[in-house]
Amino acid sequence: MSNTASTKRAQLASAGPYGKISQAINELDERLGVAKGGRTLLDKIFPDHWSFMLGEIALYSFVVLLLTGIYLTLYYVPSSSVVTYSGTYLPLVGQKVSQAYASSVDLSFAVRGGLLARQMHHWACDIFVGSIVVHMGRVFFTGAFRKPRETNWIIGTTLLVLSIIEGFLGYSLPDDLVSGTGLRIAYSIVLSIPVVGSYVGVFLFGGNFPGTVIIPRFFIIHVLIIPLILLGLVGGHLALLVRQKHTQFPGKGRTETNVVGSPMFPVFMAKTTGFLFVVAGVIALLGAFAQINPIWQFGFYDASRISYAVQPDFYMGFLDGALRIWPAWEFSAFGHTIPLEVTLPAVVLPGILFNLVYAWPLIERKFTKDNDLHNLLDRPSMRPKRTAAGVSVASFLAILFIGSSTDVLANFFRVSLNTVLLDMRILTILVPLIAYPVTYKICKEMQGFAGAGKRKTTNVVTRTVDGEYVATAAPVYVDDANHHLEAEPIPTFVTEPSAVADGSGIRRAER
Amino acid sequence: MSTPEDRTPVSITGLSADHPLLQPAARRPQLVERVIALLFLLGILLGAVFMVAYVKNWAAWTLGASLGGGFSCLGAGLIAWGKYLMPRGPFVEERHSLANTQADRDAFAAAIVERGGGVLKRRKVLGGLLGAGVGIFSLSMAFQLLRSLGPMPKGILFHTDWAKGTYLVDITGRRVNISDLAIGSITTVFPEGLQDTDNGQAVDQTVLIRLSNQDFVTRKGRETWAPQGYVAYSKLCTHLGCPVGLYEQELELLVCPCHQSMFNVTNGATPTFGPAPRPLPQLPLQVDAMGYLQSQSDYLEPVGPGFWERRS
Repeated sequence: MSNTASTKRAQLASAGPYGKISQAINELDERLGVAKGGRTLLDKIFPDHWSFMLGEIALYSFVVLLLTGIYLTLYYVPSSSVVTYSGTYLPLVGQKVSQAYASSVDLSFAVRGGLLARQMHHWACDIFVGSIVVHMGRVFFTGAFRKPRETNWIIGTTLLVLSIIEGFLGYSLPDDLVSGTGLRIAYSIVLSIPVVGSYVGVFLFGGNFPGTVIIPRFFIIHVLIIPLILLGLVGGHLALLVRQKHTQFPGKGRTETNVVGSPMFPVFMAKTTGFLFVVAGVIALLGAFAQINPIWQFGFYDASRISYAVQPDFYMGFLDGALRIWPAWEFSAFGHTIPLEVTLPAVVLPGILFNLVYAWPLIERKFTKDNDLHNLLDRPSMRPKRTAAGVSVASFLAILFIGSSTDVLANFFRVSLNTVLLDMRILTILVPLIAYPVTYKICKEMQGFAGAGKRKTTNVVTRTVDGEYVATAAPVYVDDANHHLEAEPIPTFVTEPSAVADGSGIRRAER
Repeated sequence: MSTPEDRTPVSITGLSADHPLLQPAARRPQLVERVIALLFLLGILLGAVFMVAYVKNWAAWTLGASLGGGFSCLGAGLIAWGKYLMPRGPFVEERHSLANTQADRDAFAAAIVERGGGVLKRRKVLGGLLGAGVGIFSLSMAFQLLRSLGPMPKGILFHTDWAKGTYLVDITGRRVNISDLAIGSITTVFPEGLQDTDNGQAVDQTVLIRLSNQDFVTRKGRETWAPQGYVAYSKLCTHLGCPVGLYEQELELLVCPCHQSMFNVTNGATPTFGPAPRPLPQLPLQVDAMGYLQSQSDYLEPVGPGFWERRS
């Protein structure tokens, strides 16, 4: 007995200085050759900046979506067949409802943790799409999409498009009154596509709306096909990130050819795993305390009923707003009709918008003629035209989003719906046009302000015996040392003169 | 107290364990340890509550609160551990160019062009045939996949189930009599027997409004369509097909709750406001000998939103 124990100890000692770990690495390395790559991976450096967490929020809410989604599939029945409800929700007992609706209500009330899982799933979806948008904003305004990262920009945009579609599909599955109305609108939007619209619509729904096949079809797309594509794209997104390494903001010791920050192991691993828990925790708290999509209050879908003042999820808001404020421009000639009042806002507009986003790296390169590799990020104020363009488009979307609640606004402000609609039409055109020059001017002003965007250092003011005040720089504390951001000098390909403060009336910060 | 000079980033690879940058960032590690331990203990406690809440079948919010609270505690503790008790850094990693030499690229291109091109140049016909084979299957499969999804649209967007002599019934299936509605009232009607069906509800749904107690003319050529003030319009909004479910009685306007299109019911449901491009189609009505309302025919134009094949 003691003999075998000592033999084992001897074996471990001969494996290397770290006992069992050494032995495990030996075994793995003989087969897969992991020692060098594994070491490199542990030593990989991640920049420390809060804005790099935005993508992590998206990633971790995606994890929550997958886990809660799996739980929901165990109880949801993707079927339009009509059953007489006999479950636990008493107000519904005896009514004829679809199995999809009945199972959605029952998984909320009869399954332990079901309501929480459903609400977490819905909240995680909103947070997923929202964090993707904000993350893209960070990438856009800091120029992180530039060469060599155009491919990851395209993958990211595809992730956004797919997640919006995925969100809509999921929202349609419970077959409640609101989701059914959303489906009806989607069907009408498909019908509005010139030439092929009625074919695509009727094929998709297996006949005229609503039919009985759309729920099982949407189900399999929602739980299998799009999640698979999303998983693949997320994997590709992260693989490219590892291969190309992170961008970083300019600062002390940071150059185009290095990355400064914390190592993967153990610092980043601890922080990011902790962040996974926090993201999941916040989603769980939202699921616990903030009701979302109470389908039992909306009732089951009946195509001849409708509810008032219900809004779709926020990421559909800009589409709904565009549909509301677009004028009634139906085009009809030569025995054919193009419902432009639907085609333009719901098909052409998002088409242009997302293609613009996809093509932005190319468009910008066309203007700047910049073919260099960039690993250091821009401060948004240093690229006034890009920043102004981004703010302009964002303000356009924001106005459309506000436009999706014209009726609520009219009620709230006690003005006529006509006034609100007319105002929204004007604002949709006006606000983006104003946002561009205003943003541009602000950027230029910030360029002229020498201390803009830099962390203020602390001064200690001392009064001498004679009553004189003397300011001296305070000692630098540990955590301050990382944040001496220096703006990257404007490269030569930008021809526009920067606003220089001297004598131009712009205040220059004195230190 | 450290100065920025001490914290020039270095590479972590091969750094000896006592290097200052590998020391924890916290100035009082014991205190931080205690806070983190407290957070983890709280996390464990909430984990136990989570289990109990499940077993005892407490309200959903108790499950969510214990799960969310517990996860947040564990996460916060772990983040604090990483931030204060782990190597404080900063560290630097060199970024090596991903690009290879021009010679490597040329060799890669040569392999494609010369080897591959050599194969194709001499065997263009074979390549073409293989391409055609793959192409015909791809096209065929794509067509079959799409075609099997549903029927051809043909007439289904043009017709409803209303026909000559179809009785109007309410959602419970009861026929509507000429004496049923007071002036200014509104109800939703379906073709008799179809009030429970998908098509009846989604396509045939019709709003019936009584505007007066005499025959009502909404438009020229529709003199006989509204006996004793009963007018019937398709309930499908011509914008996006939502049910036009709101009736503003004083203004005699039908309002679509989806995108606020408004239709004036006295002049043939002409849109007066909002994005809807066309009037709601009107259903011609008649009264049978017993006083029950019937349709004279189907709608004379397609109901609902516009589409390519629609004529006007």
